[in-house]
Amino acid sequence: MTDPDALFAALVGAHDGLDDAASRRLDARLVLLLAQHINDPAVVLDALRQAQEAA
Amino acid sequence: MPHTSPTYAATPAAPSGTRHPAVVVGGGLVGLTLALDLARRGVPVVMLDDDNTVSTGSRAICIAKRTLEIFARLGLGPRMLAKGITWNVGRVFAGAHEVFNFDLLPEGGHEYPAFINLQQYYVEEWLVEACLEAGVDLRWRHRVTAVASRADGATISVGTDAGDYTMDADWLLAADGARSFVRETLGLPFVGRTFRDRFLIADVRMQAPFPTERWFWFDPPFHPNQSALLHKQPDDIWRIDLQLGWDADLDAERDPARVTARVQAMLGPDARFTLEWVSIYTFRCRRLARFVHDRVVFVGDSAHQVSPFGARGGNGGVQDADNLAWKLAAVLQGAPASLIDTYDDERILAADENILHSTRATDFITPKTPAARAYRDAVLSLAATHPWARAMVNSGRLSRPCRLALTGDSDVWDRVRPGDPAIDAPLGNGWLLGQVRGFTLLAFGTAPPLDGVTTVGVPPDSLAARRYGAPPGGVVLIRPDQHVLATFDRFDGARIHAAIDACLHRAPAMERAA
Repeated sequence: MTDPDALFAALVGAHDGLDDAASRRLDARLVLLLAQHINDPAVVLDALRQAQEAA
Repeated sequence: MPHTSPTYAATPAAPSGTRHPAVVVGGGLVGLTLALDLARRGVPVVMLDDDNTVSTGSRAICIAKRTLEIFARLGLGPRMLAKGITWNVGRVFAGAHEVFNFDLLPEGGHEYPAFINLQQYYVEEWLVEACLEAGVDLRWRHRVTAVASRADGATISVGTDAGDYTMDADWLLAADGARSFVRETLGLPFVGRTFRDRFLIADVRMQAPFPTERWFWFDPPFHPNQSALLHKQPDDIWRIDLQLGWDADLDAERDPARVTARVQAMLGPDARFTLEWVSIYTFRCRRLARFVHDRVVFVGDSAHQVSPFGARGGNGGVQDADNLAWKLAAVLQGAPASLIDTYDDERILAADENILHSTRATDFITPKTPAARAYRDAVLSLAATHPWARAMVNSGRLSRPCRLALTGDSDVWDRVRPGDPAIDAPLGNGWLLGQVRGFTLLAFGTAPPLDGVTTVGVPPDSLAARRYGAPPGGVVLIRPDQHVLATFDRFDGARIHAAIDACLHRAPAMERAA
């Protein structure tokens, strides 16, 4: 990742001015779009598992 | 005028102490289907119903192709097709906009379409007529008051307007619905989920220009934050489902003026309609751990209950009856009682599939958490512009025939496997499935006759041969319930008989002779 700070800022900045529900919907659309780009349920489920374990 | 169903004269009380091979408790859609199927197979059947009429309201209106094929086997298919509304297109709306549509229009060359809509009261009325013709002993207003279940049968206590009596049954077939008395009196747990939501189901009569399609809305302008469904039935009746939410005031929602206002908002200010039937439901998905308890066998809603999204309640129940009838007839003619355990295994598999799909649909329609709601809304908003997201829109995955897990002797074909529902195709002047009688051999070429098997010759260059992927000279062995038992590359009488013996849990013929 060439510019991690810029990506982080873009992800966070996209939620500026959104209430909680709108923020959730934006993240959900993003996850669904990324899942479609990955196009491999096993990879998505592995990422989900890592996300759960990191908490 | 609202639809008027027939009422049947209460049957006088019977003398106590008689014994019957098969007693069906419950004269609804599934009990009547099972009684008719058993009677057609030569089994004397008594049916007990605590009421004296057919279904109140249209209830299970969507009849799937596989169910139509079962009713065709029982002689009711053409009548259902003639009266029913054939539909193929479904549309899903989010807000005011269509996000998705689907077309169930199957390939040509099948006798029955993917679905028809037909009120349950018509199906039950025609089943009653067919049961009477077939000699079923229908007993109206005979209420089961107690059941004593034993390893070799059950004693049933019955109450009637004119007194009580008892009878013995070799097999008690409990088709007494989601609130099954038989299940409760035997103390069997009915385990699963209740969805914290309520739905208003209304039949309205109107002449309307809406197309013959299934329309489903998420969050429509006329019913904000809830879902709605519009679907056509015969006789200018339309089925309307309106989601009300868990906090709905049930008494207020049942008020005809309130229902009329909700429907008017949906159909527009110019629509003229009358209410035929209104009901409010909470949906549940649950089942018995086992459907067979000694000689008591549960079928339909008494065994398993699903939410209506996907039309899996009525269709699943009729397919229970289809699976059980030929097995019970075989057992009463001498096959081992262990054959009935395969009903348990096969229909539990089917029930779990139906519960899974209807649970997922209900969870999509009624999100349980803010996160679930966000994902649901994300799918709906992406669906308009991203075709892949439409596949996630779940307003009900419509009932499909169950594929059984059969593992007996078979050669391997590409197109069909043991356990698949047999595929229909034109054959001669009629249809392939219409020629299945008991165990049936489709011979793609010629085959010599076999004892106890119906042989149906199918031209090797026909559409049927292509649908089955049959090699010239190949044969397909079909069970009495129109599921593929085995595929063989060539006729072999010994393999065919062995497959039937194994299917019936019988000792092989040579051992029987010894």
